[in-house]
Amino acid sequence: MAAILKGIGASDGIAFAKAYRLMEPDLTVEKREVTDAAAEADRFRAALKKSEAELEVIKEKARKDLGDDKAAIFEAHLLVLNDPELTGPIEEKIKSDSVNAEFALEETANMFIGMFEAMDNEYMKERAADIKDVTKRVLAALLGVDLPAPALIAEEVVVVAEDLTPSMTAQLNREFVKGFTTDIGGRTSHSAIMARSLEIPAVVGTKNATSDIQNGDFIIIDGLQGEVHINPTEEIAAEYQKRADAFAKQKAEWAKLVNEETVTGDGHHVELAANIGTPADLEGVKSNGGEGVGLYRTEFLYMGRDNLPTEEEQFESYKAVLEGMEGKPVVVRTLDIGGDKELPYLNLPHEMNPFLGFRAIRLCLEEQDIFRTQLRALLRASVHGNLKIMFPMIATINEFRQAKAVLLEERAKLEAEGTTVAQKIELGIMVEIPSTAVIADLFAKEVDFFSIGTNDLIQYTMAADRMNERVSYLYQPYNPSILRLVKMVIEAAHKEGKWAGMCGEMAGDETAIPLLLGLGLDEFSMSATSILKARAQLKNLSKADMESLAAKAVEMSTAEEVVELVNSIEKK
Amino acid sequence: MNLMLFSMNKTYEGETKSMSRKTFTVTADTGIHARPATLLVQTASKYSSDVNLEFNGKKVNLKSIMGVMSLGIGKGADIAISAEGNDETTALEALETLLKSEGLAN
Repeated sequence: MAAILKGIGASDGIAFAKAYRLMEPDLTVEKREVTDAAAEADRFRAALKKSEAELEVIKEKARKDLGDDKAAIFEAHLLVLNDPELTGPIEEKIKSDSVNAEFALEETANMFIGMFEAMDNEYMKERAADIKDVTKRVLAALLGVDLPAPALIAEEVVVVAEDLTPSMTAQLNREFVKGFTTDIGGRTSHSAIMARSLEIPAVVGTKNATSDIQNGDFIIIDGLQGEVHINPTEEIAAEYQKRADAFAKQKAEWAKLVNEETVTGDGHHVELAANIGTPADLEGVKSNGGEGVGLYRTEFLYMGRDNLPTEEEQFESYKAVLEGMEGKPVVVRTLDIGGDKELPYLNLPHEMNPFLGFRAIRLCLEEQDIFRTQLRALLRASVHGNLKIMFPMIATINEFRQAKAVLLEERAKLEAEGTTVAQKIELGIMVEIPSTAVIADLFAKEVDFFSIGTNDLIQYTMAADRMNERVSYLYQPYNPSILRLVKMVIEAAHKEGKWAGMCGEMAGDETAIPLLLGLGLDEFSMSATSILKARAQLKNLSKADMESLAAKAVEMSTAEEVVELVNSIEKK
Repeated sequence: MNLMLFSMNKTYEGETKSMSRKTFTVTADTGIHARPATLLVQTASKYSSDVNLEFNGKKVNLKSIMGVMSLGIGKGADIAISAEGNDETTALEALETLLKSEGLAN
């Protein structure tokens, strides 16, 4: 039966495909007595063989698509699968206790999992997760159920999941996954950001996708309106085909702007830059005509592995991005870990309020080894392009001064060692904490630039956790309070002859762009896929007109009034 | 930590059976974890001989990734590798080459 789910459009576009539920099957094990223990042991060995074959395929796929680094985890899984200390006792147990293979496997594996989990070393605890993963795979083989293997999807599908974690997303086959929808999440959740970087339509936060959608249902994902259609009628499907065609045409129109500068109707130039996570994202930056990288989120270098990246590894990544951008500006944000982004191997204590806790620059100033390694890698890479460095989560002038001092120390050390470092590297800060926005005039005397991080600035200004759906109504980018803070920051920068950019979601937002232009923003950094649309929009706007629009907007009382104001002008 | 799950043998002085054995000092910053452990186990598994890893009075099967990792071998540790069987000499040579070429131990 046809049904519609409403959610949040997280990535533009329209996708049509069969549903693929990325869900774990029931792997409950019952204890059974077996009469033919030898046959049962054979069944166990057959399950090992099947699992091994599956893992080999996944490993090769990961190696090809994601590199040796990401494939290493499956290499480890294969070794666990073939570990004589694991398989031996299981076979023995089947024979000595005359129990079914599933039970023998689960009992034995649980002992090892318990042992590794009890170790007081985070790395060892992670190994328990490996054993769990492998056990699940063999159990599924024994029980005759399929584990979802997103890496192996070989037909066009729309992925349906409760949420998509980074590791699940890493396994998705980009060729066949046409779109996805999740129960939870918002515009700024990991899954949404990934969808935009993969350039596939996505609707998140539908609440009921996994309960209402079955494998094989025909699905339409409307990332523009934030709607998911389940088994739509032919009329609806035809209507959507039209919309998809129109969207494709629109995109083709935008694509003509790829090599053009971003100039407003009245001749004012602004820079449209891209937010990236890895050197691989550069392709999207180029194909979408990015004039720079406004935010390179370096934390992806640190995630999905079990130790810190070395200076050399980091250097290679930074160099690749700087060279790839061929002299265009690249703003690299130093490690922003903590909050919702955890690194298990750092063994940080769990916090009640991680967003208000030990994260980003706070962590880097405390764990200086980590910070210094990154800064050295950046400084060494600086000769390969136009590098600008920015520190995240700066709350006080002192934090900035300390971070800058560390940077200067590392520069001096490198130069003493005879390493060349670029003469001029602009040094800026993310403005995402209200305390910093409020004294932006003082910061502007010490920094080279500001980049306003609206996702956090909004949540801290409104005191509303952006991961908490019940207070999501407080995520109000157009609230005059936010606009006034943005205005203060931009004016403070200009007064000192510095530039101000924005790298939050708001920078690529159709309603926000006229306001930001009017407030004088110099650089807009967004998902690469939003750039051409923004360029087309800015072409038709007059900076002078938007200045008066923005002046009115900051005098409005509510976000709704601001939106109304913007809409009224756009329609003229 | 319960290491009894692994079929671990105490090491005896003056074992009489023929066996190849060599000692090393771990030089890798990360110790024998993750990739180094993977490489060792993969290499040991290519041979039919029984291959064991000794550290701190404990001895585990070097073909067992979980056994190797359970030892928690860090930088500076003194370890011994022993092999017993038809191809014990080549097995030990291969492991020694690996430890040295990967800069794991000397």
